[in-house]
Amino acid sequence: MQNFINAYSWVDLRYLLEGLWITIEVSVISIVFSYILGAILGLIRYIKVKYLSAIVGFIIDLIRNLPLLLIIFFTYFGLPNIGIRLNPIWSSILAMSIFESAMLAEIIRSGIGAVDSGQMEGARANGLTYWQAMWHIVLPQAQKKMIPTIVSQFISLIKDTSLATIIVLPDLMYHAQIIYGQNSNYILPMFLALAVMYFVVCYLLSILSHYLEKRLA
Amino acid sequence: MISIIANHWQDLLYGLGQTLLCSILALFFSLIIGSFFAIFEVVPSKTLRVIARIYIEVFRNIPLLVITMFFYVVIPMFFVKVNGFTAGTIGLTIYTSAFIAETVRSGIQSVDSGQMEGSRANGMTFTQAMRYIVLPQAFRIVIPPLGNQFINLVKNSSVLAFVAGFDLMYQGNTIASTSFDTLNAYFVVGVLYLIITMPLSYYMRYLEKRLD
Repeated sequence: MQNFINAYSWVDLRYLLEGLWITIEVSVISIVFSYILGAILGLIRYIKVKYLSAIVGFIIDLIRNLPLLLIIFFTYFGLPNIGIRLNPIWSSILAMSIFESAMLAEIIRSGIGAVDSGQMEGARANGLTYWQAMWHIVLPQAQKKMIPTIVSQFISLIKDTSLATIIVLPDLMYHAQIIYGQNSNYILPMFLALAVMYFVVCYLLSILSHYLEKRLA
Repeated sequence: MISIIANHWQDLLYGLGQTLLCSILALFFSLIIGSFFAIFEVVPSKTLRVIARIYIEVFRNIPLLVITMFFYVVIPMFFVKVNGFTAGTIGLTIYTSAFIAETVRSGIQSVDSGQMEGSRANGMTFTQAMRYIVLPQAFRIVIPPLGNQFINLVKNSSVLAFVAGFDLMYQGNTIASTSFDTLNAYFVVGVLYLIITMPLSYYMRYLEKRLD
C-alpha cells in the first residue's frame, strides 16, 4: 500500500501526464496527416482512374497487411540508410501516418460509396461539375457517415502509439517504464496507472464515437 | 537482400514459425474466451452481462503492449516465471478475446430472434438452443470478421519483439542490427508477413462478397 502512495507522488504523476500528452500529441498530428492523405488516396480509389487506382489500391492493401511495429522500425532504423534521419517523434508520426492513412483510405472510400448515387446525379443535373458535386454534396454526407469510424480508428491509434516506445518516443508507456525501472516497488502501481490512463482516454473517445453514431445517423 | 536471406534463412523461418504458432494459439484461446463473454452478453442474467461488458470495455481500451508487458514484468514478481513467448501469447489472447467477443455478440444478435423463441417453444433449454440453433448460425455470419481478427492477430503478434518472443519481428530486428543492412532486413521481414496476411485478407474479402 505504501508503494502505491509513494509511487503516485506529484512528481511521478506529472511525469506520467507529460508522457500522456506526448502520446496524444503524436496521435492527433498523425490522425490529421492520415486524414488528409487517406482522403486523397480514398478518392483516387473511388473514382477509378485507369491503372492509378489499381496501383494505389494494391499499395493500401500492402500497408494494411503489415504490422505497424515494422513500419515504425522502418522509419526510424531503415530510412537513415538512404539518408533520411528523423527524431523519434517525427519517425513515429511518419510511421503512424503511413499506416493510418491506408486504414482511413479504405474507410473513406467505402464512406463515399455509401452515399446514395442519386445525390451525385441530382447535383450534376442541377449543373454542378463532377468535382463541385463531389466537394459540396457528396463528401459532406460521406464525412458524416465516416466520423464515428474515424474516431474508433483514432482510439486504436492512441493505443498503437505505445509501440513507439521501442524507438524511445517519450510517451506514456516509456515514462512509466522509466519510473519503474528506477524502483521495482513501483512496477505494480505504474501498470495500474498505465491501464487507468489509457482506459480513461480511450473509453471517453469510444463513448464519443457511440454518441456521434447516434446523432449523425 | 539475397545475402540476408542466404545468411539468416534459418532465423527467419524460426521467427515465422513462432509468429504463426503464437497467432494460432492466441486465436484458439481467444475464440473460446471471446465466445463465452459474447454469450454472457446475451444471457438473461444481469450480473453476467455486466461482467462481460466490463471485461470487453477494459481490454478493448488498454494497449496490447501494456497487457503483454504486465504478464512479462508483473506476473513473475508475484507468481511464476513466464518466458516472452508465453507472456506475449497470453497478452494477445486477452486483448483479442475482447474484440472477438464483440464480433461474436453482433453475430448472435444478427440471428433472427425467432430462432431462439422457436427452439425454446419446442422445449429446448436456453443452453441447448444457444448451442445447437443460434451459435452455428452466428458463426457462419462472423467468419469474415473473425478472419480479419486473425490477420490483426498476426500483425499484433509483432508485440512479441518487446518481450524477446523470438517471433518474426524480433528476428528481423536482430538481423537488422547485426548486419547493419536495415532496409533490406525489414523488407524481407515485411514480405514474410505479407505472405501470411495478404492471401488471407483477399480470401476474407471474397467471402464477404459471397455472403452478401
